[in-house]
Amino acid sequence: MTTKPYVKPYVREVPRTTWYLARRRDRIHMAQELTSLFIGIYALLLLCALRAVADGPEAYQVFVASLGSPLMRGLLWITLAVTLFHTVSWFQVTPKAMPVQIGEDFLPAAIIVGGHYAVWIVLSLFILFLAGVLHG
Amino acid sequence: MAYKTIELEILRYRPEEDETPWFQLFRVPCEEDWVVLDAVNYVKDHLDSSLSYRWSCHMAVCGSCGMMIDGEPRLSCKTFVRDLPDRRIRIEPLANFPIERDLVVVLDDFMEKLQRVKPYIIRQEERAIEEGEHLQTPPQLAKFRQYTLCINCCCCYSACPQYALIPEFIGPAALALAHRYNLDSRDQGREDREDVVASNVGIWDCAFADACSQVCPKHVDPAGAIQQMKISSTLHWYLDHLGLGRKKR
Amino acid sequence: MARSNKPLVWSLFAAGGTLAAFVLPVLVLLMLMAGYGHPPTGMSYETLRAFAANWLAKLILFGVIGLCLWHAAHRLRTALHGLGLRADKAVAVMGYGIAAVGTLLTLYYLARI
Repeated sequence: MTTKPYVKPYVREVPRTTWYLARRRDRIHMAQELTSLFIGIYALLLLCALRAVADGPEAYQVFVASLGSPLMRGLLWITLAVTLFHTVSWFQVTPKAMPVQIGEDFLPAAIIVGGHYAVWIVLSLFILFLAGVLHG
Repeated sequence: MAYKTIELEILRYRPEEDETPWFQLFRVPCEEDWVVLDAVNYVKDHLDSSLSYRWSCHMAVCGSCGMMIDGEPRLSCKTFVRDLPDRRIRIEPLANFPIERDLVVVLDDFMEKLQRVKPYIIRQEERAIEEGEHLQTPPQLAKFRQYTLCINCCCCYSACPQYALIPEFIGPAALALAHRYNLDSRDQGREDREDVVASNVGIWDCAFADACSQVCPKHVDPAGAIQQMKISSTLHWYLDHLGLGRKKR
Repeated sequence: MARSNKPLVWSLFAAGGTLAAFVLPVLVLLMLMAGYGHPPTGMSYETLRAFAANWLAKLILFGVIGLCLWHAAHRLRTALHGLGLRADKAVAVMGYGIAAVGTLLTLYYLARI
C-alpha cells in the first residue's frame, strides 16, 4: 500500500443544484433527462383518453373537447417538441449501446442511426394511415 | 521573437501555507507549435520553480498531465496553445479529485477502484503449458481492442457528473477496463467481476451523460462500454432470477 | 458488494424509451390534430372503441402507456437526483408508485372495453 505524503488535501465543492448549468454538454444532458417528464405526462394523457373511450361516447367527446383549450394545445405543442428531441437523442446514442461487429470492423454508427430513422418514418406513416390521416 | 504571449491563470495551493487555493497569473511567450504543457514547463523553468504538476511522456500515452484547461479536463501535452481562443488560459487541477498541491491531485480513489474490478485475465479452467498459448483471431481482438487504449489519465472522472455527485461511483475508466476483460476471449472472469460491476456503485450509478467519452483523449468510449455492460448485466439478472443463470464459482 | 436490482426498472426504462422514440411523436401529433378540431376519421369514438376491443390493440396500448410511465419514473428519479434532490428512496417509491397505479388503471380500463 502506498504511503500518503499529502498534508492537507483540498476538496472542491460541487454545486448540487446548479452544476449542469456550467457546461453546454451538461445542460443538454439534463434537458434529455427531463424529456421523461413530458413522456410521463403524455402517458397519463393517453390513460385519460383510454378512460374516456372506456366510459362511453359522451365521455370521449368531453375529452376531445378538452384537448382544444389553449392550455392543452400549448402542452401538446411542447410535448411534440420534447418527444422529437427524445427521438433524435435516443437514436443518436443507440450505436454506442449496441455495436455491430462484422469481422474486424464495426458497422458505422450512421447506418445504425439511419436505419432507426427509416423505421421511425415508416412506422409513423403507417400509424397516420391507420388513423385515416393519409388518404390511400 | 515569440509567436504569441499568453497569460496562464494557474490555480495554486500549498497545503503548508494556504487555507484555500488561489490563482496566480504568469505571462508566457509561446512558440507556434507549443502545447499547454510547454507553457507550464516555461513557468516552472523561468518564472516560478515552486509550481508542482505531473507530466512525463509529452506525447499523450502516459496519462500523467491531465488538468483542467479553460474548464475542460484535457491532456496538457495534447492541447495546442494556438487552438485556444483567448490570450488568457485558465489552468486548474483535474476536477472531482482532492488537490494535493498546485496541479497535483490525489488519485488514491481511482487507483483503488481500478484494482476492485479485477483488471486481469481470470480463468475458470487453467490452460496446461503443453497446450500452448491462447490463440486469438483478429476479430476476437477487435472486439475489445478499443477498451485497451485507456491511459488512466482520469479526464473521464473529471468530466463525469455522477462521479462529482457520488464519490463512491466506480467510474468510467475502471468500468471500461472491466468491459475490456469481459470481452476478451481469453477471459472467463465475468461472474467474478459482476459483484462490483453490477453493484449500485458500478454501472448502475451511470446516468449516460456521455461526458466521459466526449473528453477521452484516446477515444476509448467508456460510456459505450458501460451501456453495453448494462444490457448484458440486465440479461444475466433476468436469467439468474428465472433460475437459468450460470452458477457462481 | 451486493448486485443491484436496478436491472428490473432499467429494462423497463430502456424498453419504454425505445418505444417512446418510435411512436410518441406521431401519437402526440394525432392528439394535437384532435385538439384543433380536426380529429382524423380513425379517431372517432366508434373506431377507437372497436380498435381497443381487439386483444392485440389492448396489448399495444398496455405496452405504450405502461412502458412510458416506467420510463418516466426511472429517468425522473435520476434527473431529480442530479437536480439536487438527495432523497433517492422517497423519490423512487413515489415515482414507481405512480407508474404502478397507472399500469393498474390501464389494465382496468382496457378490461372494460
